[in-house]
Amino acid sequence: MAVVFKKSSMITDVPFHYCPGCTHGIAHRLVAECIEEMGLEKRAVGVCPVGCAVFAYKYFNCDMYEAAHGRAPAVATGAKRVHPQNLVFTYQGDGDLASIGMAEIVHAAARGEKITAIFINNAIYGMTSGQMAPTTLIGQKTTTSPYGRDAEHCGYPIRVSEMLSTLDGAAYIARVSMHDIPNINKAKKAVRQAFETQMAGKGFSLVEFLSTCPTNWGKTPVESMEWLKEHMLPYYPLGVYKEA
Amino acid sequence: MAKILLKGNEAIAEAAIKAGCRFFFGYPITPQNQIPEYMSRRLPEVGGTFLQAESEISAINMVYGAAGAGARVMTSSSSPGISLKQEGISYIACAKLPCVIVNMVRSGPGLGGILAAQSDYFQAVKGGGHGDYRLIVYAPNSVQEAADCVMEAFEASDCYRVPAMILGDGMIGQMMEPVEFREPKKRALPEKTWAATGYDGKKPRAVINSLYIEAEQMNEVCNQLAATYRQIEQNETQYEKYMMDDADICVVAYGTTSRIAKNAINKARAEFGIKAGIIRPITVWPFPTVVIADAAQRCKAFLAAEMSMGQMVEDVRLSVNGKRPVHFIGTTGGVIPTPDMIINKLCAIKEGISHGGSV
Repeated sequence: MAVVFKKSSMITDVPFHYCPGCTHGIAHRLVAECIEEMGLEKRAVGVCPVGCAVFAYKYFNCDMYEAAHGRAPAVATGAKRVHPQNLVFTYQGDGDLASIGMAEIVHAAARGEKITAIFINNAIYGMTSGQMAPTTLIGQKTTTSPYGRDAEHCGYPIRVSEMLSTLDGAAYIARVSMHDIPNINKAKKAVRQAFETQMAGKGFSLVEFLSTCPTNWGKTPVESMEWLKEHMLPYYPLGVYKEA
Repeated sequence: MAKILLKGNEAIAEAAIKAGCRFFFGYPITPQNQIPEYMSRRLPEVGGTFLQAESEISAINMVYGAAGAGARVMTSSSSPGISLKQEGISYIACAKLPCVIVNMVRSGPGLGGILAAQSDYFQAVKGGGHGDYRLIVYAPNSVQEAADCVMEAFEASDCYRVPAMILGDGMIGQMMEPVEFREPKKRALPEKTWAATGYDGKKPRAVINSLYIEAEQMNEVCNQLAATYRQIEQNETQYEKYMMDDADICVVAYGTTSRIAKNAINKARAEFGIKAGIIRPITVWPFPTVVIADAAQRCKAFLAAEMSMGQMVEDVRLSVNGKRPVHFIGTTGGVIPTPDMIINKLCAIKEGISHGGSV
């Protein structure tokens, strides 16, 4: 019988803890497949964040770190500087990367640190049950913006890819989405290119995944995909923002 | 090897290199700047990596990354910067990563001042960050001892997989003294099979982690750490005794203050006939509790002298355990105690003893 789908060897057999309908599973698979297809299984080292992906060290079948909240790029810097031959990636959410860890990601990019950040932007804090994130859209209701995010009160959502692409050390920056198959295929290509950028020693790379959080958005998985398309895509345009 | 004249900070940096440290992540803050500056010059010469981080927070997390990758790694800072590192130090302690952290203590709280103080004692020996953990803390009182302690710290840290701290102060860091780099006693160190170097299937997959979501698991990890700490207390406690054979009053002082205290007791003996001696903790954690408790069998009173408002004195009291009066003298804020201040205190204590009171 023909095999039409096979789980990547870079994903362990541990059951995911992610909520049903969440896009973390897709992002994990794409990262894992790229590592496997590039033949970097023995040289991949990942750094997990604090947030929904805090247990990702159980799922990626390579050497892993669990970092303090927001500090994954600094941890990855230490890991990469000691073993420059390794493929070192961080896997971070929007609270981790764009709020508490903003300094670490900006400076890793500015240094041209030869690491890859997988950045999951679902416009909300998932693990802590749905608080406002730095990427929460204007008007979006969360548990800490119950009347909708008000720019007058707490400012504007941050476009991380655009911002980081202004830095000379950033060699590859792309924003992708997981709301349909063509976009998932594009997302995988972006991850592959980010990893290739790193292994070619060109500098810092980041792939921003627009993602859904059905649980904390209070929507079904299908409604969530629609909401992403309707609300996130206009504010967070997809595309390659930097390519060295 | 011949002695050379170095600042404490430089001696610490060179000692780290001699101990095999090849990675250093730092951030500028007075009075420890010569350490990162020296490392930025020297590490490339020996094939190592110096990196100036964007903050102390980032620097300690780079240490976490490099230590987790199996490297000998160091960072240095001073009080406010060490406060910023505490989160990372707690993670490092729980993840059982060896590394050396240098604190050239300046006065505080707050931004404080840039002059020498010993007011980070609690932070250094009682944990500092969150959770149940300890650091092995060396408190050298000379440039020579600072170099020796750094070399020892790398060995001990690797041996127990417990982070080590050098607790200096602005005086130790800035003072120039002759120093000779001496090899520490070599330990049989296990291979770092736990390090995240890439998973080749030959050893278990490395996970550098401090997250234990199950209560029983976290309890177990803390019990394992505590068992290691008990071993360290058994094996690694270092102290110096000076003039203690016939001492009526035992001064307890570490680091810079211990040198002043030594002058004070010499003069107190010669000019005032006060039989005073010193127990000087070289490791402040583990603290020389046993030797102080033993001294309490015979000495009539204790005096803790520190450049703080009274921190180590609490450990002296715990060690003496109510058997004898424990007095305190301290200055802080960058004010250095004079020998006369200590002598005056010794005279008052002697007066109290001869009147049969317990002042």
